Amino acid sequence: MNKIEAKNVDFYYGDFHALKNISLTIPEREVVAFIGPSGCGKSTFLRLFNRMNDLIPGTRLEGSIEIDGQNIYDKSVDVDVLRKNVGMVFQRPNPFPKSIFENVAYGLRVNGIKDKDFITERVETALKGAALWNEVKDKLKESAYALSGGQQQRLCIARAMAVSPSVLLMDEPASALDPISTAKIEELICELSEQTTIVIVTHSMQQAARVSHKTAFFYLGEMVEYDETKKIFTHPEKEATQNYITGRFG
Amino acid sequence: MVKFVENELTAIKKEVNDMWLLVHDQLNNAYNAVLNIDLELAERVMTREKRVNAFELKIDSDIEDFIALYNPVAIDLRFALAMLKINNNLERIGDYADSIARFVQRCPLREEDKELFKKLRLEEMSTQVLSMFAQTHESLSEQNIGLAKSVFEEDELLDQLNREAVDILADYATEHPESMKLCLELAGVFRKMERAGDHISNLAEETVFYIDAEVLKHTRSMERN
Repeated sequence: MNKIEAKNVDFYYGDFHALKNISLTIPEREVVAFIGPSGCGKSTFLRLFNRMNDLIPGTRLEGSIEIDGQNIYDKSVDVDVLRKNVGMVFQRPNPFPKSIFENVAYGLRVNGIKDKDFITERVETALKGAALWNEVKDKLKESAYALSGGQQQRLCIARAMAVSPSVLLMDEPASALDPISTAKIEELICELSEQTTIVIVTHSMQQAARVSHKTAFFYLGEMVEYDETKKIFTHPEKEATQNYITGRFG
Repeated sequence: MVKFVENELTAIKKEVNDMWLLVHDQLNNAYNAVLNIDLELAERVMTREKRVNAFELKIDSDIEDFIALYNPVAIDLRFALAMLKINNNLERIGDYADSIARFVQRCPLREEDKELFKKLRLEEMSTQVLSMFAQTHESLSEQNIGLAKSVFEEDELLDQLNREAVDILADYATEHPESMKLCLELAGVFRKMERAGDHISNLAEETVFYIDAEVLKHTRSMERN
């Protein structure tokens, strides 16, 4: 079953044509990696899935993006509800200047949940899900800034997962992390994909190969190739894909 | 990054090319040692067999380093995998050349045995093996899939010559019981040449896999059945 379906998507920053006629479907509970050189449009495309680009003045979208069969750019769609369902983790960990507990509880509180026991339970579940619980269970009231970069990123994942999104967008989630923290994030992606559809933008070919079921290669605003990750990394159809993944351009 | 990878790929290509030429020499010398009953040439093949083995280990090690250090993907990964298998097949073909040279050393051949060689079409068999070997090498150098695939059909001739040789040797042994040992040894030489042909077909399969990602392994034998 398809979770996300983009149909003939064109996107503009003012006059700049950033995405050109992109169509793809993302199956439910699969991990899809977007790869391509800087400026190719992969992050722009990712941010369309939770309407993050709405915040940028002068942008324009043509085509449609459906999640669970609903066009998320339809006027009837409540963006706050959409973003509750489509969580996002960014390149640099961005914890709030609050305690570890409150960071994870934030989304729940914003959504009007007041039941303390429920919040406590969800925070613990989210921290366990993000493989962080054992490291922070004794210091939940301490500032999130006291955590290491890798821990902060997992905290951000826990924060995103606390509101039970069905889609998680990750924009280079491990690019600022050391190899151990990167490995933890990658393990987490595999575990989370049992319940969540994950779309990840990455510059690491190995990371895309390790964590994703499918990979899309973007170049100059076009989606050059989209296929099973195994196929992309063993015998891609397009020469441009091969040249990029083997490091011959890009 | 790109330049490093290109340098590594070029170095491995050169090594495999050198290995190919070395094994070609070994095969050619082994055949000439039999056809001309040349013990000295046979001795040279046996001595150089150690070089073939050492070269195989060196290439294996270099490809292992390449995979570990550069994490190749797509055509670079196929290249590394294909070269590993090509290297192993070349070494096996080198083993057959050594075995044939040992036959010359072990079996006291006489000038009149050359008549039997003619009946067996030994020279034709050896020329065919060398031609297939050179053709596969060219297909890899030129990245020519058509040329690589044409080797498969030529392998049929080796199978046929081998089958015919067994019949001829069986008749000859019946007529000349004193030559029984020679006949058995010669059957072994033909079997080794036929097996060398199979390994050359493997080289062609790996060449096709490297260039076009097409897996031909076992498909030809299934088609025949």
